[in-house]
Amino acid sequence: MRLAAAARLWGPPGLLLTFALHPALCLRPARTAAPPHRDYCVLGAGPAGLQMAYFLQRAGRDYAVFERAPRPGSFFARYPRHRRLISINKRHTGKANAEFNLRHDWNSLLSHDPQLLFRHYSRAYFPDAGDMVRYLGDFADRLRLRVLYNTTIAHVTLDKDRQAWNGHYFILTDQTGQAHRCSVLLVATGLWVPNQVDFPGSEHVEGYESVSVDPKDFEGQNVLILGRGNSAFETAENILGVTNFIHMLSRSRVRLSWATHYVGDLRAINNGLLDTYQLKSLDGLLESDLTDLAVVKDHEGKFHITLKFFLEESNQSADAITLPQDDNDNFAMRVAYDRVIRCLGWKFDFSIFNKSLRLSSSGEFSKKYPLVKASYESKGSRGLFVLGTASHSVDYRKSAGGFIHGFRYTVRAVHRLLEHRHHHVPWPSTEHPISQLTNSIVRRVNEASGLYQMFSVLADVILLKENATAFEYLEEFPMQMLAQLETITGRKAQHGLFVINMEYGRNFSGPDKDVFFYDRSVGHTEDAWQSNFLHPVIYYYRHLPTEQEVRFRPADWALPRPTAIHHIVEDFLTDWTAPVGHILPLRRFLENCLDTDLRSFYAEAMKVGAAPLIITGLAAVTRQK
Amino acid sequence: MMSSSFNIFRVGISVVIMCIFYKSAVDSLSELSPQKYFSTLQPGKASLAYFCQADSPRTSIFLEELNEAITPLQDYGISVAKVNCVKEETSRYCGKEEDLMKAYLFSALLFNEVKYITTLEDLQNIENALKGKANIAFSYVRAIGTPEHRAVMEAAFVYGTTYQFVLTTETALLESIGNEDIENAHLYFFHCKQVLDLTLQCRRTLMEQPLTTLNIHQFIKTMEAPLLTEVTEDPQQVSTVHLQLGLPLVFIVSQQATYEADRRTAEWVAWRLLGKAGVLLLLRDSLEVDIPQHSNVIFRRAEEGVPVEFLVLDDIDSLISHVESNVHIEEIQEDEDEDTKSPNMDVQDDEVAETVYRDRKRPLPLELTVELTEETFNTTVVASDSIVLFYAGWQAVSMAFLQSYIDLAIKLKGTSTMLLTRVNCADWSDLCTKQNVTEFPVVKMYKEGKNPVSYVGMLGTEDLLKFIQLRISCPVNITSVQEAEEYLSGELYKDLISYSSVSVLGLFSPNMTTAKEDFTEAGNYLKGYAITGIYSEEDVLILSDKYAATLPALLLSRHKEGKIESIPLANSHAQDIIQIITNALLETFPEITVENLPIYLRLQKPLLILFSDGSINPQYKKAILMLVKEKHLDSLTPCWLNLKNTPVGRGILQSYFDTMPPLPLLVVVNLHSGGQVFAFPSDQAITEQNLLLWLKKLEAGLENHITILPAQEWKPPLPAYDFLSMMDAAASQHPTRKDPECTKEMDVQENDKKQHEDKSAIIKEPIETLRIKHWNRSNWFKEGEKSFRHDNKEL
Repeated sequence: MRLAAAARLWGPPGLLLTFALHPALCLRPARTAAPPHRDYCVLGAGPAGLQMAYFLQRAGRDYAVFERAPRPGSFFARYPRHRRLISINKRHTGKANAEFNLRHDWNSLLSHDPQLLFRHYSRAYFPDAGDMVRYLGDFADRLRLRVLYNTTIAHVTLDKDRQAWNGHYFILTDQTGQAHRCSVLLVATGLWVPNQVDFPGSEHVEGYESVSVDPKDFEGQNVLILGRGNSAFETAENILGVTNFIHMLSRSRVRLSWATHYVGDLRAINNGLLDTYQLKSLDGLLESDLTDLAVVKDHEGKFHITLKFFLEESNQSADAITLPQDDNDNFAMRVAYDRVIRCLGWKFDFSIFNKSLRLSSSGEFSKKYPLVKASYESKGSRGLFVLGTASHSVDYRKSAGGFIHGFRYTVRAVHRLLEHRHHHVPWPSTEHPISQLTNSIVRRVNEASGLYQMFSVLADVILLKENATAFEYLEEFPMQMLAQLETITGRKAQHGLFVINMEYGRNFSGPDKDVFFYDRSVGHTEDAWQSNFLHPVIYYYRHLPTEQEVRFRPADWALPRPTAIHHIVEDFLTDWTAPVGHILPLRRFLENCLDTDLRSFYAEAMKVGAAPLIITGLAAVTRQK
Repeated sequence: MMSSSFNIFRVGISVVIMCIFYKSAVDSLSELSPQKYFSTLQPGKASLAYFCQADSPRTSIFLEELNEAITPLQDYGISVAKVNCVKEETSRYCGKEEDLMKAYLFSALLFNEVKYITTLEDLQNIENALKGKANIAFSYVRAIGTPEHRAVMEAAFVYGTTYQFVLTTETALLESIGNEDIENAHLYFFHCKQVLDLTLQCRRTLMEQPLTTLNIHQFIKTMEAPLLTEVTEDPQQVSTVHLQLGLPLVFIVSQQATYEADRRTAEWVAWRLLGKAGVLLLLRDSLEVDIPQHSNVIFRRAEEGVPVEFLVLDDIDSLISHVESNVHIEEIQEDEDEDTKSPNMDVQDDEVAETVYRDRKRPLPLELTVELTEETFNTTVVASDSIVLFYAGWQAVSMAFLQSYIDLAIKLKGTSTMLLTRVNCADWSDLCTKQNVTEFPVVKMYKEGKNPVSYVGMLGTEDLLKFIQLRISCPVNITSVQEAEEYLSGELYKDLISYSSVSVLGLFSPNMTTAKEDFTEAGNYLKGYAITGIYSEEDVLILSDKYAATLPALLLSRHKEGKIESIPLANSHAQDIIQIITNALLETFPEITVENLPIYLRLQKPLLILFSDGSINPQYKKAILMLVKEKHLDSLTPCWLNLKNTPVGRGILQSYFDTMPPLPLLVVVNLHSGGQVFAFPSDQAITEQNLLLWLKKLEAGLENHITILPAQEWKPPLPAYDFLSMMDAAASQHPTRKDPECTKEMDVQENDKKQHEDKSAIIKEPIETLRIKHWNRSNWFKEGEKSFRHDNKEL
């Protein structure tokens, strides 16, 4: 049933059923006739797929993107239903720094072409989804990305081969039965299968994917919305003014993104219903497990909420079914509804992957995502990477990896990993003399967008050279893979390292937290470790932590216990360049980790002898350059 | 805060800046004639006058700066005026010919007042120079930028014209004048003005209160007050500056008969109590009030209404101790919050950062350089030959260097075809990355937008100027023998010779194409560092014969020494040629300066340094050059250091020897391995034979080193915050938070065990070796001090 529903949404009805028959037929011929080979196959030409295609193209790799729709970004052609994106498109920050500005541009993909910035596509702070479709189309066209449109991959399976990069090839079969052989499979199909809850009467429920978006259709109606995410509130927002009332029902309490600091939770732009609920304007929120419910349609076509339990008891006609209010006459949902709308989000489409790929779901709390490692590689098959929204299990409800402004960086990290693994191109790094250590950090924490968006997921790493006279700077490394840094990057970490991360305060974020409490911000440098808002944190390790240490790190730590740690005090303007407030304590920290002096001196002062110098010290003059 | 503390004691200072040029009238400056200016001068009021000749074309920048300075100066109670000098004007300020092209008045005022010294000798020199002329305020502060340092600078701003302010951060200097308390700042007042006999030392008075602006003010006020006043009034009625400052008065009761002896005693007491109490000589005979018969001293407290005490004291010491024990010196806390909380880790001890921060409000005349952006960069560097400074607005060294860069722009204004531009990488990060700028600041020279040459010299105006001046397209194509001779003699590029002491000429037969290409590549690479020329006409043999060179060859003309040598170039690639020329640019026996030391250190050889006070004895030079010639010094870098040009050499010598050794002195410093320092015996004459013998012994390991330089000489100046233990402390207060090992997978028991072991090892480590101190408001500072001091000792 799920497949059929999907087909209705995405393609000519019945198509998928046909393909489902194919794989068995195709496999054999594929092997003998040597299907066309690609080093890299990308599934899906959404933002993540295009982003990966861009990096592969720039690196001159053999790749293809498979997209079932005729244009990129088909998800955005339909969703969000009310067309307003909740990703900000901040066109002005008062700064010229392009990297910094990306911190407040949540829609653009990464490219070298300044024309391909989203602000050239929309002036709206919360842009229209149509602009996103147009943008993605332009992105693919302008950059001449190799996308095979109208190609639906119906089945993916493994073909063991010792010659292959990963010991096996991925065989992709499209709707025409054509097979494609790939060394590396990059799955960027997103989450698109609507989540459904199975309960008696669920057939009466309309889905977010198909419900009317015309407020007129809701005039004077009693509406029940199942779900408590942004799609539920977006739907409510659209009809708030025309309904009698809206009730919203879900298992868990509402999570506000400004309290959780997670952009996937309810955004203030959609939360009008919270306002009317708390002001007793008939709208309301309720918590209950949806699987216990049942929806009963009465003879007037109205819907009543009851418990599954009552239905199982008797086999009566619809009007005679026991309702909760029969016992509890003040039961909250005793009123009859005109409509019940399901807005429960989406999940990953596991159906096209053969069992041999061992692509399983991430477990109880993030069932909708496939299980991947912190390097975005599937735990089941080597060489299969999950990109984009579907890779969000890594930082679900923590960081921004499920959203364009986050996964554009994780995609880049995956690409860097692949470049080293298969092409011996080590992770890009810049080498500097140690005198530039403070500078390098200050520069990145003030402009880097990847660190800022993917806080506590991607971190910069500084690898010290022998005797700490120089260092290598690596950007945006998946920090949970720290123990495997040498294998992943091809760089050596023999002489100690710093990890630069961005973090919120330990106990600051959460659905029940008051984030506006008095004294929430820290101003004194000595209290920097208690900073609540996003701020840079620098970890110093003498030795690369082991896998064990990373895995069994303290519960609320982003990384294993370091040799020393430094917090740069949070800043209201997120501008960490104050000479005494930010840079000086950072220098002291670095100096004490390295047991050296990182100050600069004037040569003039040396001439008159302002510093207690011996002649070796004069060599420090050169360190400035 | 600063301005308010100054408002308390405006004093008469008059700062006069002179200039003979003048261009346009500036509205906000009040303009006066000299007569009018002098007639409006008020005692007790500071004013800044700016004297201008009425027909100068070149000082508009200065005037703008002056204009900028008006408001801040007025905050300090200083009025600013411009005085127009008419040609026939006779005022002594008008005539002086001093071209002030630029002046940042405010800091100029502050900084010229204070002399920074490092050795006792410096102090003695200043002392000697000022005997009979002026008094000295000498202070020791732990570091530049401490509150005490600021207090001294503020005082210098007010009193700098009356007293010579001298500052040091050298603990050794403080100790050498007999003060062991190096952890605190100190201020001494040297009474030099009344010293007429140059062989006598100036008397010194140590200020005992903490160095705050107000305390220093009070202290200096008491220094200014007359040492001893004779009075004949009622002690209750007398008023002196001491009472206003909260200090008591001591009256020595005298009578006509013992006047002379009493006066001497009183003076002696006055010296002892200077800064603590006012001392007066009271003549009992002419006094109308009654004084108890036996009392010889009257003590009057500063507090009003407290009756005077009549004392009978046997000796001076008991008098002093009575005063000292009774003096309740009112401690004037300037800002309690600041005193208890701040000092310390927040003190900026990076002098570059400190000066940049200090000058942050002073606008730089940036308009003299072109600011480039991502959009304008490419077109600009293609359109004109450009120097580009890549910097970051938030970085101190960048901003300090930007200042030098602007100075350079002022210097080159209208004379250079080179466009001076700058890119702020804080704004144009991508552009900087694209231009391969990964550190700040970086200077690159673009010709036709291509092959930028990076500048690697000192970050200062002079060196950068040299780099720019030597940028002539290298190698220069020389077209005739005549021209080649002019080139070698330095005639051809006379104006550039001062920037490069060596001219390089490559000689090639016309058909040596690859050799020429290699040479051209090398010349290009060395653009900005050396002048190179190329000659490959048919008659090249004339030159090669004359200079005994085998083609292809290099001619090196050392202008200083007037020597021309030739080096064969057969089969040398561009890299080799660069190496040959770079080596040739090094002198065989250079005078080491702060600027050129890094170049010679790069050779990675032990230094043979001749320390000399003033220029070097030609005999020694000859001896060493002889040894060089005979190749005895190939494993060393021979050089000499002129202490007059490079005073830091004194500090160096002091770290080698405990006391300053007699000069000249020869040492071998093995910097790159071991750090041993060997000294040539001072009882031996520096002759070729003696030196050779000594070097042989050295090589054979028969000489003892006098000291070993520590390998880790650059320690952190102060500890850092130990956030890790703060977090631990906080975590231990919330025992509900479970230890991670317990919460996660307990399946592998072995793992768990190992985990515990690992963890204890990790925790132990930092305690042993990390210098991060526990943060504790009451004692961390002491700890920091200790380690600071410890480090200094190591140095």
